Amino acid sequence: MTTARQVDPAAAAELFIIQDQIHEPMHDRFLWATMQRRHAEAAAIPEWEELREMASKIKEHTLTHLDHYLEEFEANATKRGAHVHWALDATDHNQIVHSILQDHGVKELIKSKSMLQEECQMTPFLQQRGIKVIESDLGERIQQLDGQPPSHIVFPSIHKTRQDVAHLFARTIGTDPNSDDPHFLTEAMRNNARPRFLTADAGMTGGNFAIAETGTFMVCTNEGNADIGAAVPPLHIASIGIEKMIPRVEDMGVFLRLLARSAEGAPLTQYSSHFTGPRKGGELHIILVDNGRSRRLGMPEFWHSLKCIRCGACMNTCPVYRRSGGLAYGATYSGPIGVILDPTFDELKYSELPFHSSLCGSCSEVCPVKIDISDQILNWRRVMAGKGYLPLVKKLSFAVAGHVFAHPAEYHVAEKAAEPAMSYAPHFLLYNRSLNPWVRDRELPRVAKKTFREWYLENRGKNGYSQQQA
Amino acid sequence: MDTANSRRETILRSIRTNLPKVEVEHPGVRAFQAPSGSLKAIFEKRLKEAGGAAHDVVSLADAESKLALLHPDAKVICSAVPEIAGTRRVEKVRDPHDLADVDVGVVRAQFGVAESGAVWLTQEDLVVDALGFLSQHLIVLLDPKQIVPNMHAAYRRVRLNETAYGCFMMGPSATADVEATLVHGAQGARSLNLLFL
Repeated sequence: MTTARQVDPAAAAELFIIQDQIHEPMHDRFLWATMQRRHAEAAAIPEWEELREMASKIKEHTLTHLDHYLEEFEANATKRGAHVHWALDATDHNQIVHSILQDHGVKELIKSKSMLQEECQMTPFLQQRGIKVIESDLGERIQQLDGQPPSHIVFPSIHKTRQDVAHLFARTIGTDPNSDDPHFLTEAMRNNARPRFLTADAGMTGGNFAIAETGTFMVCTNEGNADIGAAVPPLHIASIGIEKMIPRVEDMGVFLRLLARSAEGAPLTQYSSHFTGPRKGGELHIILVDNGRSRRLGMPEFWHSLKCIRCGACMNTCPVYRRSGGLAYGATYSGPIGVILDPTFDELKYSELPFHSSLCGSCSEVCPVKIDISDQILNWRRVMAGKGYLPLVKKLSFAVAGHVFAHPAEYHVAEKAAEPAMSYAPHFLLYNRSLNPWVRDRELPRVAKKTFREWYLENRGKNGYSQQQA
Repeated sequence: MDTANSRRETILRSIRTNLPKVEVEHPGVRAFQAPSGSLKAIFEKRLKEAGGAAHDVVSLADAESKLALLHPDAKVICSAVPEIAGTRRVEKVRDPHDLADVDVGVVRAQFGVAESGAVWLTQEDLVVDALGFLSQHLIVLLDPKQIVPNMHAAYRRVRLNETAYGCFMMGPSATADVEATLVHGAQGARSLNLLFL
């Protein structure tokens, strides 16, 4: 399903930045504040780094034995009375959902947030077939009413101001456009959503983790919307990516201590819910979805991206994401994690994403499962450069660098080699505002005479930190 | 069109073909040291940060009057605990939709987790899962001796193979989806008051 058209994140980010003096600074400020809370929570746990290492290793262990854990999960979930389905790809997933809904005569479905269902474009698929689909997470509902995908995997409408939401609700659910207090807006949606929970014939959720040992899957929310959707309608369908497996119940302690702290700087989400078989009087279907994941497992440089637990910390810390807004990425997943996931779905369409990064490395530093995100971004640049997919506006300035990205021995060699490219890139191309909005408010830094690594070795010596400090 | 079974086989075969050629052992999960200080005090502080509140009560009568004080206008109080009668017994509820009018739900949690202020509630504690989510407000009873330090200890206590539904509930429903402003009572309970009893 390759699309000829490439997404252009730099151009889309420009629109986000230049629309006014409000949206982009607000977006930047909120996400940075979230990051500060994350840092405070992480610092309060002495074993934080050990937990990250443990989580990383548990995920790597699970992914290298994925067939085994999937079969164990399936057997245990089935034993507990769940119906387990396997979906090869997005269309397969959507058709399975549709056929379950048809079997049960479902006309109206209430769903909680699921990036996988976004990835599969499930809602339009079902709506075209006459099924009404309502998002129940506030941020997702805002985005649904506005006809936009989520712009952040945890905070779907974080790019909108309260006035944006007030105007949207005025237009769509009939509230006063001048009432823009978040408490009022949240209450308005609570009252709007409540009857829909009660009339829906089915509830759908995603799954944050699936525990092989017990056949349990877990859903984390702050609103409790997934729990209402699972507890009220008689039918519950959950879509779960095959990479969400965790071997044992005991492992969950590691992941839950990391997830919400990384995502929002809280010890947990308000609700961490565990579903093991259908509830009393209910029916449960679990759809295990591949959609390119098993293929990604075979990509030596990129399979670690399957460890992702979708916390969004890499987005919150990313200086490029914070200024761009998530919609600029033109893809299901935005920010640094999107840059390394999206090209696995469509290399040409998302060929510009790896260049929408400063390679500062902050994403890798905060990732709770230690995915080498920035290294993967660099590797994706090599892939794109190798295929000649260099972004048009940067083609001249990256002509030299492109060769380096395509044939690097090691990163610091590439870094060193990139200097001439930067030095010789025509100034008018880098600084021409109509071509590059990113420099509107700033001069690019001069290329350092020494790389950081060279400076570090000279000044700190081989033993690292001590020489000048002692 | 693939049959269900052949889809399963296709995916498993693709995984086996693509499995990374590295052997990574499960690292094991070691027992981490509990935080220092009173678990109850840490629990109370964390619950407050999560938007809930904990109250010491000296007797059942004290608990009843606390409930009346907290929710003077409640018409429907649906109880899942034997100690507090309420106006409706959850055991009598057949259909979760019948809980749509509940003002206050009363439940007992099996244990609390100090590092988050969360409590563990299962289908057996709620009797009808929706009681925890359709109720406008929640009163949660907790034995103060039943507080574990962290999530590692918590997961050693849960019995996922014995319940279809279990939830770590940390305070009331919340959202920050409009301008990152924290608001309680998004879809689930608007408030959560915990009584040590």
